[in-house]
Amino acid sequence: MYKYILKRLLLAIPTLFGAAVLVFLLLRMVPGDVCEVRLAGSGLYADPAEIELCREQLGLNEPMLAQFWAFISGYFTWDLGNSMWTGKPITYEIGLRFQLSLQVAIMATLVAIAIAIPLGIISAVKQDTWIDYVVRAFSIAGIAIPSFWLGIMIILGLLISTQYFFGDPWMPPIDYVSPFEDPWRNMSQLIWPAVATGYRYSAVATRMTRSALLEVLREDYVRTARSKGLMERVIINRHALKNALLPVVTIIAIEFAFLIGGLVVTEQVFNLNGLGKLFVEAVDAQDFNLTQQLVMLVVLIFVLTNLVVDIFYAWLDPRIRYS
Amino acid sequence: MRRFSPKLAAAAVLGCAVGLGVGGPASAQERGGILNFVVAGKIPSYDGHQETTFAVIHPLAPLYSLLIRVNPENPQSPTDFVCDLCEGDVPKGEKGGTEFTFKIRQGVKFADGTPLTSADIKATYDKIIFPPEGVPSARKAFFRMVESVEAPDPTTVVFKLKFPSGAFMPAVANPYNWIYSKKDLDTHGYEWHKKNINGSGPFIFVQEQPGSFLEAKRNPNYHHPGQPYLDGYKAIQAPKMAVRLQAIRGDRAAIEFRGFPPKARDDLVAALGDKITVQESDWNCALFATPNQKREPFNDPRIRQALTLPLDRWGGSKYLSEIAIVKTVGGIVFPNHPLAASKQELQQIAGYWPDLKKSQARAKALLEQAGHPGLKFELNNRGVDQPYKVVGTWLIDQWARAGMNVTQRVQPTPPFYATLRKKKDFDVSLDFNCQSVVNPIADITKFLGSAGNNYGSYEDQVLEDTYDQLLRTGDEAGQRKLIRQFEKRALDEMAHMAITLWWYKINPHRSYVKGWKIAPSHYLNQQLDNIWLDKSLM
Repeated sequence: MYKYILKRLLLAIPTLFGAAVLVFLLLRMVPGDVCEVRLAGSGLYADPAEIELCREQLGLNEPMLAQFWAFISGYFTWDLGNSMWTGKPITYEIGLRFQLSLQVAIMATLVAIAIAIPLGIISAVKQDTWIDYVVRAFSIAGIAIPSFWLGIMIILGLLISTQYFFGDPWMPPIDYVSPFEDPWRNMSQLIWPAVATGYRYSAVATRMTRSALLEVLREDYVRTARSKGLMERVIINRHALKNALLPVVTIIAIEFAFLIGGLVVTEQVFNLNGLGKLFVEAVDAQDFNLTQQLVMLVVLIFVLTNLVVDIFYAWLDPRIRYS
Repeated sequence: MRRFSPKLAAAAVLGCAVGLGVGGPASAQERGGILNFVVAGKIPSYDGHQETTFAVIHPLAPLYSLLIRVNPENPQSPTDFVCDLCEGDVPKGEKGGTEFTFKIRQGVKFADGTPLTSADIKATYDKIIFPPEGVPSARKAFFRMVESVEAPDPTTVVFKLKFPSGAFMPAVANPYNWIYSKKDLDTHGYEWHKKNINGSGPFIFVQEQPGSFLEAKRNPNYHHPGQPYLDGYKAIQAPKMAVRLQAIRGDRAAIEFRGFPPKARDDLVAALGDKITVQESDWNCALFATPNQKREPFNDPRIRQALTLPLDRWGGSKYLSEIAIVKTVGGIVFPNHPLAASKQELQQIAGYWPDLKKSQARAKALLEQAGHPGLKFELNNRGVDQPYKVVGTWLIDQWARAGMNVTQRVQPTPPFYATLRKKKDFDVSLDFNCQSVVNPIADITKFLGSAGNNYGSYEDQVLEDTYDQLLRTGDEAGQRKLIRQFEKRALDEMAHMAITLWWYKINPHRSYVKGWKIAPSHYLNQQLDNIWLDKSLM
């Protein structure tokens, strides 16, 4: 197993290098740069000499290879460089937003699990009844409805309904406070995007739970358990569910990885100062350094998540052994 | 029995009157409260001298003082400047308008306790006007007329000009001219202010959570007595317009200082009624259609005239103002400025004639003469709804009515700029001019072929000479005459650019926000020292 883990980690290196080359080149193919956007973007007079000075200071006039080397060599010294827009260290910019994105990802995952597992079980056990149809409709709606649209509807719904019932419209806070500082305010801001995202997330997991459980419930050992007289609840909880959850764990883990940095539009809708919003701002501003590092972070998270899931799979299912 | 003394009685009455009146007229302002407002951008750095975005002004301007500023009680006036750090009236200029002496207030301190003197003001303006090599200064070109800045004593600053210029005082009033401490510049260098704040403004920096908000608290030692009224403010970053709108509706923010389109205003008013107050103003921004004169046939003035003639500006003002942040028909000078063309003067310029049919017919005739009937070309436009895409679509419709066949290439901001400024591979591009202090003599440099922000790729020595004369003319009547000549040449005879409509600023805000008055620019009147919150309306 350790050999397997080491091999996977070593294989991650060419994956990351390939991603680095791709993002570096693609960004520079788009016309424009951060200096133009920063100094001329607001319509005020912009001195061309100032723009050129900005380019010099940010290294944008250096040869491409030199710029690429500066990008890659930072990983050996753990110096990811500075944001071209703010001048602040990228580790600082990312670190600041990572907490919020991680919290939303965890909350959305918990919401998803809380919805998906019970509904998936009920739907499988009550297959082809009206309960099953309702759950399936609920999960299809979750897949069809974009989470950012749901987010917009949630906010509008809160504004309109609170004004109707209480006279004054209310919406979630739009500035982040740590849960350790003010847990109530933190929850009142983040529960809504967690629900909006978690619902969509749960829809996929619900359907996977249902189909996986249906398959397991048709296995011989389950028929044996039934013929031995075990209660249905015991059969499901003790025997069937563990095996049915294997693919569900994979789905949940991969979706979790996506939530870190992937909630670009949802974060815009709720004005969350997370990695997704940072991504949009970096791309908008043509901040090459920051965009590159964010892409690499997302690639790294996916690579590591896949590895963790595979290892977890082997731990859950003794039949699986990596050689 | 004591004798009644009329003198004593009179003194008593007078004393009562003075006692009652000593506080001046009864003040309605209430002290206290935190103002939450939303900002549509991210702070790039804290150094106002090198930045140009309003995302720096809105959260950071209240932390600094200026030498002079637009009058916060009358920000609509393009000529009403008042002292901030100086005392008395803004100087009119001596020695034929080539020397301006400012007396500096005493007792002003920076946030770190350092006393502010004329040396700080000199050091600041030296940084802005004569920056050392490698030190960016975004607006040094506005001060071309300045020869030197001197501080003969701790309470006096003297600006000496190479020649008298009507553009000088508006340049000094620029809202980005934050006064820095000389001590900070000498000790920490010219990069320090990018990441550090030490101002003498009405508020003191507390914290910034990058990408989220910036907080500040009242400066108890502020040099305008009794101000600020607020305990502090929180500037919350919210790039999406929908979020900013909802924030005001849900009272997560009381105001947004840049502006909203008409529909947003209507939605807020419909939802909240008298809990919303709306302020509106002409805006010191305009969109132009700029032909690329390095490309045929746009090097032919007849073609360029044909582009400006058929634009129904008078009609467009009415219907576009219902869906976009544009409204006022104007020439090269901000419409409400004393140097702006009157309606009668405008109507003499091609494209502003009152008879639209005559204009359209003339445009078609010019295209025929130039050998390009049914001219086909592409408009380069910026991928921003307000007002670029709306105005771009309108332009295409207007040109179609003169028989032209125009398509639009809409690009996100960075490639749009690359096309406009660097590659210049466009036929006609939407272009814009947004300024802070209304400073026509500086603002109209946009039309000079030699200007760094002119993208038409042309040379026009007549315009350059006219401008040079204008720069050196100190009296308003002379300036007005020269500006009319400049305008006629730029918009009509050579039709270098076609001005569409001047922008229109709409600021709906919570009614409990008092004291803030809309200015003709989202960069102006942002020190927040005269804002107060009416708690009875909260």
